[in-house]
Amino acid sequence: MQYIPNPKNKIDEMLSVLGLSSLSDLFNDIPFEIRQKCVSVNDKPGESELEVRRHLEQLAQENWSAEDAPIFLGAGCYDHYIPAAVDYLLKRSEFSTSYTPYQPEISQGILQGIFEYQSLICRLTEMDVANASLYCGGSALAAACRIASEATKKRKVLLPTSLHPEYAQIVKSAGIADFYETVDVPIIDAASAVPSGVIDLNILDSILDEDTAAVVIPYPNFYGCLEPVGAIIEKVRAKTKALVIMSVDPFALALLKPPGQWGADIAVGDAQVLGNRMSFGGPHLGFMAVTEKLLRKIPGRLVGQTVDDRGNRSFVLTLQAREQHIRREKANSNICSNQALCALATSMYLALIGPDALKQAAEIAHRLTNYAKQRFQQAGFHLRYSAPVFREFAISLDRPTEANEFLLENGIIGGYELNDALLFALTEKRTREEVDELVDAMIEFSFPGKKTGEGAGENVK
Amino acid sequence: MKLLFEKDIHGSNSFSFPEPNIPDTVDVAIPEEFLRTSRLGIPELAEVETVRHYTALSKLAFGVDDGSYPLGSCTMKYSPKICESIAQLPGFADIHPYQSPLTVQGALKLLDELQEVLAQLTGTDRFTLQPAAGAHGELCGIMIVRAYHKSRGTDGQRRVVLVPDSAHGTNPATASAVGYQVRVVKSGQDGLVDLDDLKSKLGDDIAALMLTNPNTVGLFEKNILEISRLVHESGGLLYYDGANLNAIVGVARPGDMGFDVCHVNLHKTFATPHGGGGPGAGGVGVKEFLAPFLPSPTIERDEDGFYSFGTNLPESIGKIKTFYGNFGVCVKAYTYIRLLGYDGLRAVAQNSVLNANYLKKTLSEYYDIPFDVICKHEFVATNARQAKKGIRTLDIAKRLIDFGYHPPTIYFPLIVGEAMMFEPTETESKERLDELASAMKTIAEECENEPDRVKGAPYTTVIGRVDETLAARKPILKYTIE
Repeated sequence: MQYIPNPKNKIDEMLSVLGLSSLSDLFNDIPFEIRQKCVSVNDKPGESELEVRRHLEQLAQENWSAEDAPIFLGAGCYDHYIPAAVDYLLKRSEFSTSYTPYQPEISQGILQGIFEYQSLICRLTEMDVANASLYCGGSALAAACRIASEATKKRKVLLPTSLHPEYAQIVKSAGIADFYETVDVPIIDAASAVPSGVIDLNILDSILDEDTAAVVIPYPNFYGCLEPVGAIIEKVRAKTKALVIMSVDPFALALLKPPGQWGADIAVGDAQVLGNRMSFGGPHLGFMAVTEKLLRKIPGRLVGQTVDDRGNRSFVLTLQAREQHIRREKANSNICSNQALCALATSMYLALIGPDALKQAAEIAHRLTNYAKQRFQQAGFHLRYSAPVFREFAISLDRPTEANEFLLENGIIGGYELNDALLFALTEKRTREEVDELVDAMIEFSFPGKKTGEGAGENVK
Repeated sequence: MKLLFEKDIHGSNSFSFPEPNIPDTVDVAIPEEFLRTSRLGIPELAEVETVRHYTALSKLAFGVDDGSYPLGSCTMKYSPKICESIAQLPGFADIHPYQSPLTVQGALKLLDELQEVLAQLTGTDRFTLQPAAGAHGELCGIMIVRAYHKSRGTDGQRRVVLVPDSAHGTNPATASAVGYQVRVVKSGQDGLVDLDDLKSKLGDDIAALMLTNPNTVGLFEKNILEISRLVHESGGLLYYDGANLNAIVGVARPGDMGFDVCHVNLHKTFATPHGGGGPGAGGVGVKEFLAPFLPSPTIERDEDGFYSFGTNLPESIGKIKTFYGNFGVCVKAYTYIRLLGYDGLRAVAQNSVLNANYLKKTLSEYYDIPFDVICKHEFVATNARQAKKGIRTLDIAKRLIDFGYHPPTIYFPLIVGEAMMFEPTETESKERLDELASAMKTIAEECENEPDRVKGAPYTTVIGRVDETLAARKPILKYTIE
């Protein structure tokens, strides 16, 4: 199947206008020895649409989707419900097949959509300015660390070990550019008792110094726990001029105090949770919101409001002097394509769900989490960490991998495997019945012979 | 048009979720200091109003499905609809990145096969699909370059990345985002890299040369083998910016030209839609000697054909994106490649080049063409003839909107003053190209006879030209109640 509308006679007609006899004449400027190497690289023929559909449907069926089994995985990507109208509206090809809105006269739809997205992110986070999206939560955090090092002219970026491990890796990889160096801040994770699982304030205090550019606070952290945000920020402000970067789950902000109110300088995160399907990890979208003071440091596209020559309110890409196509090597980032359609999905999701149902979804996810925690504890399992959580928690286990395999045999996609625990996430899509199935299966795995709901066995940590 | 926030009617949104059947005693257990006390500032709209809002917004946008989109360097080609519907299948769209490999064999197989075919098409040995966009691919590639020099102990000495003056802005921005200094190589009168200037700028402080080929004026760098020899002799690496791969896919390969590392834009050459600015995908291919530096994880296949993720790359640059890349975009690109096959991809290159040359030929009657030789998939025209009547390139572009076209890329590349860069792509018919040429001819006549008409364009759009200075001087970046 090809998508070239010109039949052979038209192609010949065009060639004759150019005074050429064959299509290959168009490539005589490429050295022959280069072209020659390409001739027999691959001879795979094209396929019909039906053949391709059959093949791809077969590949898709080899995957277990959220439709096939309940999913208790989270760890930065969550199985939230998306109203039908989101996918329906995203199919509007004026959105999906357009480019970056460089021509405002024929791009007001995209520009206004992104302006609304920026406004919605500002309202969720209660920060001053949001950009039009970045690639993902991790790369948004790396960009925030670069801003912090440039804004403070300091080098140290403090990353708690309770940060999503991939986010930490992305920040460290980007460190190859030498804008900053990273320092790990341990969490309270004593081997005995049940540790809290949040940043150790005493150690943080000992690490904070004048060369600190940024302190990153995951909110909630990778283990689902709520960090002592107020106490952390107090220490940072008392001892340093460092920026406070909160790496936020925006879905949680339906219930939780927003970063703007905590006094964060930069809020970043991944808005997959707001209207984007999991898609094996992407496309999702990173968001970034900053204080007014950092406005000109923010990377990526920004849509601003202005007027046209007829006096109408209109929208346009603005403050482009920060960007690569204007500033080249002096740009504050190299980003060009972003995740605009995902940002539009997030706005659609928020508008369709509305404030009440968003809060309701967050409360349901949280209450189901508490229910699951209680059932696990009643059955004799131990929480890995004791700090309060939002919609994710870890259960201590000797053999998390085997436990997950057992869950899979029982038709359940289990939790994220930590060394000595499983991390479970609950969304509003899960039901009490699914939670009961999960806990019962875990009881069967950990306490063989015991009836569901009974007490602890030997092999629980 | 009103904003979402201006359509807020309290009580109008009745969306809700089913309450789970759990005991009432299980309540919210978040300490009060963490609870949100402020109102959640999301507007309330009935579903019908939200659907109408976005439907109305869509009518204020212009996509490839609306008409010709000859935006140079962006490859705005038609996106086959089958690719969209495949990417929406639950087996692709509703899988979690941390599921057991046992439950995602189809997804891993797809990624592995896509990597393999992209390596074949680019003449590289190993591929990663982690980068989320073209510029992200550049970042990944130049990080690999830096990791390579670090491994050889030459990082301290090789601090400079060479970039032609015709390059996309992302190239120099990428080099500095990886901590390099940028040195600019001049283009000659013929629009190609000036070899003498290149020689004068090479030295033992060079980490790499970043090059787009065909370049941004649409010309193939025919001295590429000499360029490659010179760069490699100086100890630098050669980076291929795949933004213009559409012109040569199936005809020539960056790997065979001497490039060591390259990125491809799946949203250009492999037809995934641009989404109003994204998401795209920017896979990166490398020659074998750079494979140890690829981002982690890699996709591994064992003897039994079982796929899993590998993390055994001690010299890896690490991770650059959460999870594995824009998988959904990869699904579309894979689908596209299967539809076309290798011959179909070669036909893409041939017809994109044919269309560009045909349009260049027809436009050359009315507009100046600075480099009037056989071009590849795009070419540059200017307003030189129209400037006599005080017409700027911007005016011509805005007037073209009135004829139902998206304008070409304007004021780029920087080496041509008042540039208009046209890239028709292979998915435009001769009839469409003739119509576009005819519109451009009419505009040229207007420039001659009634220049003010062109200067005042566009007339058919919902808004006129916007005040960009005001937008930047007094930034309003979010809705606030007046």
